[in-house]
Amino acid sequence: MPQMNMIQALNSAMDVMLERDPSVIVMGEDVGYFGGVFRVTEGLQRKYGEHRVLDTPIAEGGIVGAALGRGVNGLRPVAEFQFSDYIYPAFDQIVSELARLRYRSAGAFWSPVTVRTPCGGGIRGGQTHSQSPEGIFTHVCGIKVVMPSNPYDAKGLLIASIEDDDPVIFFEPKRLYNGPFDGTPDKAAVAWKGDPRAEVPEGHYAVPIGKAQIVRSGAALTIVTYGTMVHVCEAAVRDTRLDAEIIDVRSMIPLDVDTLCSSVSRTGRCLIVHEATGFSGFGAELSATIQERCFWDLEAPIERVTGWDTPYPSAFEWDYFPGPARVAAALRRLMSPP
Amino acid sequence: MSTLIDGPQPPSAVGSAGARASRLHIPAVPARPGHRSDFGYLSLSAAGALPRPAIDARAADIGELAAGLVRVLDDDHRPVGPWHLPLEPSVLKTGLRHMLLTRAFDRRMQRTHRQGRISFYIQSTGEEAVSVAQAMALRPGDMLFPSYRNQGLFVARGVPLVDLMCQLLSNRGDMCKGRQLPVMYHSGPARIFSISGNLATQYPQAVGWAMAGAIKGEDHIAAAWIGEGSSAEADFHHGLLFASVYRAPVILNVVNNQWAISTFQGFAGGEQQSFAARGPGFGIPGIRVDGNDFLAVHAVTQWAAQRARANHGPTLLELVTYRAEAHSTSDDPSRYRPRDDYQHWPLGDPIERLKQHLILAGHWTESAHQALSAQLEAQVDSSWAEALAQGTPEQGCSLDRGLMFEDVFKDMPEHLRRQRDALAAERG
Repeated sequence: MPQMNMIQALNSAMDVMLERDPSVIVMGEDVGYFGGVFRVTEGLQRKYGEHRVLDTPIAEGGIVGAALGRGVNGLRPVAEFQFSDYIYPAFDQIVSELARLRYRSAGAFWSPVTVRTPCGGGIRGGQTHSQSPEGIFTHVCGIKVVMPSNPYDAKGLLIASIEDDDPVIFFEPKRLYNGPFDGTPDKAAVAWKGDPRAEVPEGHYAVPIGKAQIVRSGAALTIVTYGTMVHVCEAAVRDTRLDAEIIDVRSMIPLDVDTLCSSVSRTGRCLIVHEATGFSGFGAELSATIQERCFWDLEAPIERVTGWDTPYPSAFEWDYFPGPARVAAALRRLMSPP
Repeated sequence: MSTLIDGPQPPSAVGSAGARASRLHIPAVPARPGHRSDFGYLSLSAAGALPRPAIDARAADIGELAAGLVRVLDDDHRPVGPWHLPLEPSVLKTGLRHMLLTRAFDRRMQRTHRQGRISFYIQSTGEEAVSVAQAMALRPGDMLFPSYRNQGLFVARGVPLVDLMCQLLSNRGDMCKGRQLPVMYHSGPARIFSISGNLATQYPQAVGWAMAGAIKGEDHIAAAWIGEGSSAEADFHHGLLFASVYRAPVILNVVNNQWAISTFQGFAGGEQQSFAARGPGFGIPGIRVDGNDFLAVHAVTQWAAQRARANHGPTLLELVTYRAEAHSTSDDPSRYRPRDDYQHWPLGDPIERLKQHLILAGHWTESAHQALSAQLEAQVDSSWAEALAQGTPEQGCSLDRGLMFEDVFKDMPEHLRRQRDALAAERG
């Protein structure tokens, strides 16, 4: 089985889809000749030509608007936003147009656009290259929102997203592009090589949207998380030696409520972890949903560990980032509530 | 032009910078209620005065078309000049019929709103030539991206009035299944895109549609319409930019009806430059055309369509017209412009002008016109009766409320199924 990092896995997903389906096109800033600032689209224009792998102006609203129109006319666009911090100029086209076109036209028109965008911190990117805006988009009706945490899921989920007839916002935790990151910045960087989750088939496969994954089974408590924080939580569990069950949500819309709730009902304790700010974050939705279903099984209040409710601060990155120590402290509180 | 508004005037330059102090320019509004209409600001060219360039002309070489006004019908309703491309009388009569039907439909629906039977309506009175002539100059395979004042596109493409009326009524025949504000129609078979209500969003979408057609090797083109007020939106510029960069086969239309609700076109930037003049800055030809002149609108649209189909790229058309009625049923224009403003509009009424042209040419008569008007009004009446048969407002919502949860996604996810069931339980 070939080994791929997340960049190679995402590249392979687009390569497979461009090869299989002539309606698939890739578009975005710097994605063509240059292959993307993170190299995710490297080599695709050479292979599929300038019409199918298209460099665009720096105009995110125009990119989504044009992608929507292309989708209506039978293409299957994959649009890249260089950083999810730059998604906001396209907000209206995503929220008012892409998400609602099928609904408002009662199915007469729809557009299967996939928006790919790197998100999250840990790369010394400051407040304009580190945000995690996924929660904002989970509040919008009519788009699917996914975020993989490893190369295998990245490729399979991206293929599923491109094949999906609904629009998908595909968040790529950029700190995981080259290797798993457990939230300890002063440790030597780890590559994906050798990690079983970096064993990625060359060909076509899909990871279904809407299915969470139990990445570690356990009986003491349930951690519900996604993206980079999956790896941070694994480290915290190692550090605390607790028998935690870790669930990678993978897909925020649709949400695999059954997998989350059957775990929490079993363990009686739940910690929710994400990198994005906490207030009105996706964790609030997770907490409410789990509480509604699992209240009578709970042994302790559901807790959340998230980024602080501040803009992402450049010089204080590691005070801001919810690292393994903060997660471990929450795990200990959950196991012995006051 | 001095301000017409009483009240506090801006402070004169008495600050520390004295006479050198910065001062803002506030766009002039020609006439407010109680004042005499003044269309002196409107730059007009004589009919027939502007040249008709080759379809591969460079934007920079035909700048006069963006500043002037392409007109074919002169004040005596005679067609003149190089933009007069003779159309068959039958085509002109079809255009007249579509415009008359559009106006009869508008009048009837406006009355229906006043009777409290629909919740909202938008008339296109005075702007019928824009939609009808443009739709007729395009091919059936071309994709149209309308704004909310382009009902003439639906009429010209043969969408049954009863379909539009059912949408206004949100009844069992509603193409939108009760999900859209009245007038936000669409038609898949007629290739007319879903109207959004968010302004100018259709501009980059139309460009994207046209780009896809080119990628697929088709010769269908796209056309989009916005008002001059909406040209202030970022999506207007996105549309022009993408159309320019990739030379997309698209026609981008700005319907300059002078008013964006109460905001005069000067506040959208129309005072210093025409809206058509935005085109040449992007390397796109801009053509300013008399939007109430059916022949001129048809001719420039045909020019732009031929240009697009021959791979010479997009065109920006500014259709100069006047919004004769209120913005919508929720608006009262007598609060912000002279009540009789439209009576002074120098470019007249599009239906009257085409009618007089046909009469002059010996293809039409006053009595034929009366008979056709009566026939179309009867058609509107019978369509309305047919629409009401699919659910009246008095009967309440005739749609299954479960439809609320469909089409959010292609397949209904679990959480929406639960919510649909919860609503059903709530309603018993």
